[in-house]
Amino acid sequence: VAGKVHRPFSIVGGDLHLLTGNCGKGQITNITKYEESGGYSMLRKALAQPPSAIVDEVKAAGLVGRGGAAFPTGAKWEAVAASNSPIRYVVCNADEAEPGTFKDRVVIEDDPHRVIEGLAICGYAVGAHQGYIYIRGEYTLQYWILNAAVDEARQAGVLGKNILGSDFDFDIEIRRGAGAYICGEETALFESIEGKRGFPRVKPPFPTTFGLFGKPTVINNVETLINIPLILQLGSAGYRQFGTEKSPGPKLFCISGDVVHPGLYEVPFGVTFRHLLYDLAGGMRPGSQFQAALFGGAAGAFAVEQNLDVRLTFEDLRAAGLPLGSGVITVFDQSRDLLDILLRLGHFFADESCGKCYPCQLGTQRQYEILQRLADGRALPGDKERLLDIGWTMTDASLCGLGQTAASAVLSAMRLWPELFEFPNAVSSIGEQA
Amino acid sequence: MDISIDEIDQIINQEAFGEGSLIAALEAIQARYNFLPSEAIILASDRFGVPLSQIYSVATFYNAFSLKPKGKHCLQVCMGTACHVRGSPQVLDRIQTKLGIEPGETSRDHLFTLETVNCLGACALGPIVVTDGEYSGQMNVQKADQLLKTILRAEVKA
Ligand SMILES: NC(=O)C1=CN([C@@H]2O[C@H](COP(=O)(O)OP(=O)(O)OC[C@H]3O[C@@H](n4cnc5c(N)ncnc54)[C@H](O)[C@@H]3O)[C@@H](O)[C@H]2O)C=CC1
Ligand SMILES: Cc1cc2nc3c(=O)[nH]c(=O)nc-3n(C[C@H](O)[C@H](O)[C@H](O)COP(=O)(O)O)c2cc1C
Ligand code: SF4
Ligand code: FES
Repeated sequence: VAGKVHRPFSIVGGDLHLLTGNCGKGQITNITKYEESGGYSMLRKALAQPPSAIVDEVKAAGLVGRGGAAFPTGAKWEAVAASNSPIRYVVCNADEAEPGTFKDRVVIEDDPHRVIEGLAICGYAVGAHQGYIYIRGEYTLQYWILNAAVDEARQAGVLGKNILGSDFDFDIEIRRGAGAYICGEETALFESIEGKRGFPRVKPPFPTTFGLFGKPTVINNVETLINIPLILQLGSAGYRQFGTEKSPGPKLFCISGDVVHPGLYEVPFGVTFRHLLYDLAGGMRPGSQFQAALFGGAAGAFAVEQNLDVRLTFEDLRAAGLPLGSGVITVFDQSRDLLDILLRLGHFFADESCGKCYPCQLGTQRQYEILQRLADGRALPGDKERLLDIGWTMTDASLCGLGQTAASAVLSAMRLWPELFEFPNAVSSIGEQA
Repeated sequence: MDISIDEIDQIINQEAFGEGSLIAALEAIQARYNFLPSEAIILASDRFGVPLSQIYSVATFYNAFSLKPKGKHCLQVCMGTACHVRGSPQVLDRIQTKLGIEPGETSRDHLFTLETVNCLGACALGPIVVTDGEYSGQMNVQKADQLLKTILRAEVKA
């Protein structure tokens, strides 16, 4: 693969290796090795069945989207498969920019053909002949790896006309992002592929009716797509042996921060946070104590000691008021200044807001300013109320998911540690104010 | 750096494959010149048949594009949450002091551009500094000094 850029090494571990079997070995799985490990046999199997059988299998498996919003994948596929538009698209969302998330990067780097197989099966199931992979601009090396894999697949007849000897044509084009977090939002991503600013569109209409170039489109996250060959391999019942009733299957978690072995871990849905943190990631760094963990990245919420035994499923986390998001957990020890962390998140959103709608464009700026005052210990009377007000307004009135979750971590911190936001706050109460 | 219209034209022609490849073409131009020369923007507008305003709108939206020439070497310090808690502010501070420039600035000799970036998806290895696309993990002040020294030494030799 071209480029002098070396591969950042990542720990890949966990209780399962259904999705990550070819990952973490320090090498790229080329098409030969992929086929030796059973690769592309599920695409072959799919092509021998009617497309509707595959959609049914995915529905029966209960697969939900791994990009963060947990929408049932089968429902999206069914809608596009049923459309009467002759032109349809399938898109793989590899924009991965949620702070702390790196699962899609590792999968693309180590096992790119699995992504291609998933997308090709998706294309066949919904009757799309053109697929796109939109990869984050910063992922340079990964772009080249994916490019090489697509070339290999074309040469092997896996992509192109009459793929694998069937009467189905399917090809993939890779598009690179250019450094904008918002372009991970599906409709902003379409705008970007179309050569425009990444401004999100109003939903509905959903991509299933009006997607890329205005055509019915299935868009799925990288991790969602690599579950597809697995579902066909195990059958929906076999797949459901893993995980829980409402959250079936395996899940990739990215854990980083103050832990001994930060890395990517594959587990069945339903293990506890404690298991992930202590048994898999090696627990807290020597000499440090657990203070809190941010679940779901910048758009997430904080977990504390009492949440250690929460089971990692969509339903359990929702009940605990924690988002699972893209499976990202950042752990902080007792020495970390939470206001400082919130300040960084505030900066992130103020920086990444696309500016299309006012609640978020202005709200993220005001939120950042207030967080700055709090962190500097020069909060004004009423700042706590202002912060709450901005948070609720952004959550309720923003156009897209970015603005709707830009206050999520702040609001969660305000519930957990109200004292941090009191006026006069910690710093001024030491003396100035007394 | 010399800007050659012919070369820009070539780059655009290579990238002009189908609907919406404007961004890919701009990326290729940015990669070649380290910024988007106005000549390139005008030419792209002509070749793609889109108004100049749309090209500016795109060029100013995405972080990857710059309308000002950037330095020969680009240093990016990750300020994402995981890198931040593991000490990226200290690393940034050091590089800032050593180069005498703030994030977003280019050194007078056009050798360095310093940038801060949000999470790069290598959090397990933080703090991360990227120099010209190459990742260095587990950075600290000493390693940052070393990194700058290596680049400078290569420059002196060249
Ligand atoms: N992986 C990453 O790097 C990042 C992930 N995220 C995640 O993104 C999530 C928000 O994503 P959104 O797309 O805004 O969520 P959403 O809830 O609007 O949509 C989720 C998916 O379901 C589809 N959908 C929803 N209702 C539908 C219907 N009635 N018919 C057909 N399709 C329908 C949408 O098109 C989309 O594909 C957050 O939960 C966050 O965790 C956010 C930032 C980065
Ligand atoms: C601001 C924002 C950024 C997003 N970034 C990503 C991303 O990087 N990768 C991703 O798969 N989904 C991202 N999403 C979610 C997508 O809009 C969409 O829900 C997802 O790609 C659907 O795929 P899934 O059903 O397989 O999860 C983002 C959403 C928002 C609001
Ligand atoms: S919520 Fe924010 S990111 Fe989303 S459209 Fe509005 S301004 Fe843009
Ligand atoms: S926080 Fe720096 S790479 Fe993720």
